Amino acid sequence: MSGIKIRHLTKKFEADGHILTALDDVNLQIESGEIYGIIGMSGAGKSTLVRSINFLERPTEGQVLIDGVDLAELSERDLRKKRADIGMIFQGFNLLEQKNVISNVCFPLEIAGVKKKDAIVRARELLKRVNLEDKEKAYPSRLSGGQKQRVAIARALASNPKILLCDEATSALDPQTSDSILKLLKQINEDLGITIVIITHQMSVVTQICDKVAIVENGKIVEEGKTAEIFDSPKSDAAKELISGNNNSFLPLEELNSDKVIRIVFSENSAFEPVIANAILKFETPINILKADTRNVGGIAKGEMLLGLHYGSGVEKDFIEYFRERGLVVTEVKETEVKSHV
Amino acid sequence: MFDAKVLSMLAEGIKDTLYMTLVSTLAGYVLGLPLGIILCVTGKNGLHPNSVIYRILDFICNIIRSVPFLILLIVLIPFTRALVGQSYGSTATIVPLVICAAPYIARVVEASLNEVDPGVVEAAKSMGADNFQIIYKVLLVEAKTSLMAGATITTGILLGYSAMSGTVGGGGLGDIAVRYGYYRWQTDIMVVTVVLLIVIFQIIQNLGTKIVMAFDHRKK
Ligand SMILES: Nc1ncnc2c1ncn2[C@@H]1O[C@H](COP(=O)(O)OP(=O)(O)OP(=O)(O)O)[C@@H](O)[C@H]1O
Ligand SMILES: [Mg+2]
Repeated sequence: MSGIKIRHLTKKFEADGHILTALDDVNLQIESGEIYGIIGMSGAGKSTLVRSINFLERPTEGQVLIDGVDLAELSERDLRKKRADIGMIFQGFNLLEQKNVISNVCFPLEIAGVKKKDAIVRARELLKRVNLEDKEKAYPSRLSGGQKQRVAIARALASNPKILLCDEATSALDPQTSDSILKLLKQINEDLGITIVIITHQMSVVTQICDKVAIVENGKIVEEGKTAEIFDSPKSDAAKELISGNNNSFLPLEELNSDKVIRIVFSENSAFEPVIANAILKFETPINILKADTRNVGGIAKGEMLLGLHYGSGVEKDFIEYFRERGLVVTEVKETEVKSHV
Repeated sequence: MFDAKVLSMLAEGIKDTLYMTLVSTLAGYVLGLPLGIILCVTGKNGLHPNSVIYRILDFICNIIRSVPFLILLIVLIPFTRALVGQSYGSTATIVPLVICAAPYIARVVEASLNEVDPGVVEAAKSMGADNFQIIYKVLLVEAKTSLMAGATITTGILLGYSAMSGTVGGGGLGDIAVRYGYYRWQTDIMVVTVVLLIVIFQIIQNLGTKIVMAFDHRKK
């Protein structure tokens, strides 16, 4: 399978007389089979970076090596062949609106000159993988966003790529759909061993599936490493902002898993009573506040808290009862759900 | 009044009008479609920007389009005569019609192709498509319905222009209207030709719109 190496990559754009440095001496090493996240705020240079990986954007300086091959040294023709080995999906799906689902999936094969019959067999196989066998004849305008992205994934996989680039692939989708697309990507990574590069501005996407992550700010990589490590102890301001700015806590994942986690919700009036503090005093047992957040739900300010109750303290039930008596909504959060909540 | 002679003349007029309109539309597309593709491809945001080629074609298109059709008709008489041997009649009229239509069609085609979502073009590039494949497998396919709508409008315009050529002996219904209505004051025949032109125009428009709807998969 395929690794990606980016060396001293700089990209400058010239627009209306000024020069804009979109990428500034970027160095990255993405190992074969990894799911690698690239995260940053809008305008940081993420799209430019991912487009440089298949040379849709030619670097001003520096190199991109795929499996040790420097893309700059390839002829136009070989470069196009190389691109066929690198699948790509987009925020806007970019399906051909005038072609139905199966023709869309066949499209890269058509470009590669594969016989129509063989292409259709392959396309059906892929539609099955993304759970859309029954939509073969539908046109994109009739599909939901999630279904469109599934078609786009099937299409990107058609030519058996070794690398899949995803530019904000879930940004246009609601949280549930986004979740299912991320699970699909994870599954594809596990089944086929494809290297996946995920561009996003949402930390939740990174924490959900990325093994490693690089944080981009103003065209520079400001921090890079294993996702859990960066999530535990972000060093750069950009990383801290991305993590907390997205309502994430700073807690290491293992710690979350060792607690029984409950979620309590209180609305305006009940928030005034110091319920948590009173409960801690009453039961003389500490509570771990994993997340506290207020949000506007249908015009009402709702407070939400995720609390970690230590297992074995024996008073978990009492805590829950105490909160319920004070009119709070208490729900237990399963371990597997904690990550997506946090 | 409407004896067999007049009726057969009107039938002949319909035939000539359709002949001029359809042949000049087709021939116009033979020239205008590639021209429009080149304009789109060499344009600033095109697949292969080339400002020299773009500016030359752009200039030629603008020049021809800024000459009123009636004047073009007269200016082109020597050229038409050299090409088809005579400067009057329906076949001769096709020459100025095509010259007039081609740059117009080129513009319409350019606009249709420019409307194609750049994201889809980018997706095709990421699959390893070359520019030629992008043109005929992406741009022309995605712009299909917009191109057809453009062709419908063009046909309607050429129908009108073919009638205008009647003032200089161009043949077809326009010719009849001018000869009878303007020179001989036979208003009734003129009215009939005008009604026929309107009916033909409506048929072209409706047919065009139906075809466009049938082929459009974008919003259903
Ligand atoms: N073709 C271009 N010409 C000029 N400037 C460009 C071009 N493409 C990108 N830029 C500029 O480069 C910078 C980085 O853009 P890029 O699209 O890579 O950001 P991004 O991180 O993907 O942002 P977003 O999250 O909004 O998609 C921006 O300032 C943008 O305006
Ligand atoms: Mg972007």
